[in-house]
Amino acid sequence: MTDQSVAAVSLTGVDKTFDAGRAGAVTALSGIDLAVAPGEFVSLIGPSGCGKSTLMRLVADLERPSAGTISVFGKSAHQARLDQDYGIAFQAAGLLPWRSVRANVELPLQVHGMGRAGRAARADELLELVGLAEFAGHRPDQLSGGMQQRVAIARALAERPRLLLMDEPFGALDEMTRERMQGELVRLSTQTGCAVIFVTHSIPEAVYLSDRVVVMSPRPGRISAVVPIELSDRNEDTREEPGFFAAVTAVREALRARASVELS
Amino acid sequence: MTIVLATRRILTPVLAGVLLLVFWQLVVDLRDIPGYLLPSPEAIGTQVRQNFSDILTASRASGTNALVGLLAGIALAVAAAVVAVWVPPVERLLTPLASAVSAMPIVALAPVLSIMFSATSDLPRRIVVAIVAFFPVFVTTVRGLTRIEQVHAELMRSYAVGGWTLTRLVRLPGAVPYLFTGIRVAASLAVISAVVAEYFGGLQNGLGSRITSAAANTAYARAWAYVVAAIGLGLVFYLAALAAERLASRGRVPIS
Repeated sequence: MTDQSVAAVSLTGVDKTFDAGRAGAVTALSGIDLAVAPGEFVSLIGPSGCGKSTLMRLVADLERPSAGTISVFGKSAHQARLDQDYGIAFQAAGLLPWRSVRANVELPLQVHGMGRAGRAARADELLELVGLAEFAGHRPDQLSGGMQQRVAIARALAERPRLLLMDEPFGALDEMTRERMQGELVRLSTQTGCAVIFVTHSIPEAVYLSDRVVVMSPRPGRISAVVPIELSDRNEDTREEPGFFAAVTAVREALRARASVELS
Repeated sequence: MTIVLATRRILTPVLAGVLLLVFWQLVVDLRDIPGYLLPSPEAIGTQVRQNFSDILTASRASGTNALVGLLAGIALAVAAAVVAVWVPPVERLLTPLASAVSAMPIVALAPVLSIMFSATSDLPRRIVVAIVAFFPVFVTTVRGLTRIEQVHAELMRSYAVGGWTLTRLVRLPGAVPYLFTGIRVAASLAVISAVVAEYFGGLQNGLGSRITSAAANTAYARAWAYVVAAIGLGLVFYLAALAAERLASRGRVPIS
């Protein structure tokens, strides 16, 4: 099953329409074809309403496609969810407020029946990984937004998923924290070797993190361009390199090209 | 700073209460109001002192009924709420019923229950208290159990778990502050119904029966002394429930 030739995620001809009651049906996604390789970091970017979150939620099996097929590591999205093949992080950290930081990280392990000792060891490891070891006993409301989000990421990584789904996890953070978190995420995804689908509306963020940036456009939501990012490695200086600016420009132009087509 | 504020918050009502008592005493003294109309606070105080040990015994009897009934009502309400949230038809059945029953004077059931059970039993009163306590706890607990954050629901869905795991790990801990709000309301009602249920006969061991028998013997100051005890008992229940609620909504479940 760890065959490298099997795509981490593969979508073919996927449509998604929502029933909007009296207003009729709203087409959120139309004709989506996308493949994500194991270990690949792919960002979905586009204006509000382009269906980027919906696309991620389809992969997570939190929504069902209206047409087309979705496979995750060669299985149906439904089976992949049952098999716990992915970890997920949302825009809101979504920590359980009555649990300690440690108990929040342990939550997925606990619901899947891992023993107390194993859970504790894994939680220590993960909190070390996200730099929050000394906050293990704190309650979520004693942590800053950025720290809460790191706990949520640690929780998403708890079961060593081969695929990480992230829906604007840094959306509510200030710019400084955001850049630091991006650095940490690059490090984490390299260390763990998991594939990532990352939803964002920040161009520099998408460029900094990704192997490929998928540019989407709204009404109906579709993929308008895929921009490969070729940066040698990511570090503190990456955001000041000419290659980075060139990639940012390429993504911006892909977004704008689509917008101008709409205006004309 | 907080101490000053707290003192002011406590001191103001206490001061108002003392002023009211002084005013009451003055009115009774100056206008020569007969004791059977309105006994003075001084006369009531004397009665409290003279009957102190009996007041304690009667308070213990009524308080035990209120406590046992309250705990039984809470236990039943939480169990019913969990079932109701799990099985939607049960919720649709129980919630309107809860609203309807909460508008009914349940203490009126006391004489009927006294007939059903032996008149020398505390059970009828405890049943009345349990029924009265059930509904506020049920209603708030259902609200707490159903008010689950979407991100938590989706997280648990992504873990491919639901049912009892979802209830145990997310719904129940999330409902704890709501549960204690219900308990605070139920605690006051429990004392009221335990005392009032005694007005309808049965065992003569609690505050309610002492109040009726003193009044029947035209010992109005003594009747008032037991009313004061009933107020005290109600305050004890209310404050205990309030403290529990504060604790539950702040610390929630202890940190591991």
